[in-house]
Amino acid sequence: MPDFSILIEYFDVYMEGFINTIYSSIIALIGSFVLGTLIAIFRISSIKPLRWAGTVYVEFIRNIPLLLVVFVFFYGLPSLGITLSGFVCGTIGLTVYTATFIAEAIRAGIMSVPKGQTEAAQSSGLTYVQTMRYVVLPQALKIVIPPLSNQFINLVKNTSVLGVIAGLDLMYFGDQVASKTYATFDTYIFVALFYLVMTLPLSYMALHLERRLAKNG
Amino acid sequence: MDFANAFSIDNLRFILEGFYMTLKVAFISIILSFVLGCIVGTIRYTKIPVLSPVLGILVEILRNLPLLLIIFFARFALPDIGIQLGPVYAAIVALTLFEGAMISEIVRSGLNSIDKGQIEAARSSGLSYISTLWHIVLPQGLRRMVPPLVSQFISLLKDTSLAVVISLPELMNQSKIVIGQSYNYVIPVLLLAAFLYFAVNYALSLIARRLETKFI
Repeated sequence: MPDFSILIEYFDVYMEGFINTIYSSIIALIGSFVLGTLIAIFRISSIKPLRWAGTVYVEFIRNIPLLLVVFVFFYGLPSLGITLSGFVCGTIGLTVYTATFIAEAIRAGIMSVPKGQTEAAQSSGLTYVQTMRYVVLPQALKIVIPPLSNQFINLVKNTSVLGVIAGLDLMYFGDQVASKTYATFDTYIFVALFYLVMTLPLSYMALHLERRLAKNG
Repeated sequence: MDFANAFSIDNLRFILEGFYMTLKVAFISIILSFVLGCIVGTIRYTKIPVLSPVLGILVEILRNLPLLLIIFFARFALPDIGIQLGPVYAAIVALTLFEGAMISEIVRSGLNSIDKGQIEAARSSGLSYISTLWHIVLPQGLRRMVPPLVSQFISLLKDTSLAVVISLPELMNQSKIVIGQSYNYVIPVLLLAAFLYFAVNYALSLIARRLETKFI
């Protein structure tokens, strides 16, 4: 049985990390959604250089570890004379990394709408924006939501890399508590519980959403 | 930026040793997590009382925790309950458990995707449950699992970098040490590390794409 006095005594420390983890997740989620949508548009655009840039970005970032991306901002920027905190570097790294997965999900969603529908919409007089707004995106959304919600769960888990670069997240403060109490096992059981408090409800929501959309679709 | 000195013979050898460690740990963990994932996924599919739900809970917990935490736990928390693991073993144990849980879900959904009518047909033509599983469900299910499995293996290879927190001498760790020598080495070394990860993973993803068109 873990020693609950650790949780009670260091509750504020845990909470600070917990809140920073949530902050980082939300900022990175919004950032990567915007960046990911932009890249998805690049990748399906009819302009070749844009399409090419989108593909290079996605293929490159997807195939290297998140930690490496974070290190580029944490160690790379100072070598060019720009110093940012661990929290900022970690969140930027997460945004850049997660955006590739979101871009792929959005692209797959848009591609899943048959081309005939776009052509039909446009030949019946809708503009490109209207076609997207009323025909393509409502259908694409159904396909995009399950992978997006899974990406968000991954994102929350991935914030733990902030701990490696002193990013003041849950993992970092867990380390602080462990070095004070010397009870590593118990300390990290509580860190795990804090993560599960975030990720388990998200997982069930994602599963529920997926089933509901599968039924209606 | 100082490419010439950053890529001195000693530094290159040091980094490539790390790359070798990354590949070694990834390879062993891929095999172990595949075996574990197949066993757990099949047990959960067959719905054995008690065992299947208990494994289900464990899988859900592992899947919803950050891998970094599991690696850290395997190295620094297990000694508190009398299990002492070195960095290599701790990394392999953590990767196997986490990715095994992920793979078990791939296996389970692969098996679930096989039409129930086929199982009923096999059972009513006299095959035992085990033979049905072995001859009918598994061969078809495994085929459908190939693409998600390969992308899980790519994730695993990338995830070995997290073992930097337990100072496993893999690519990321060695790169970090070389970076520590001089500010001028940061960009060249990170570029080299990125290139090495990219080369292996991109090759794997090309294979995955070929398999995808072949099997589906």
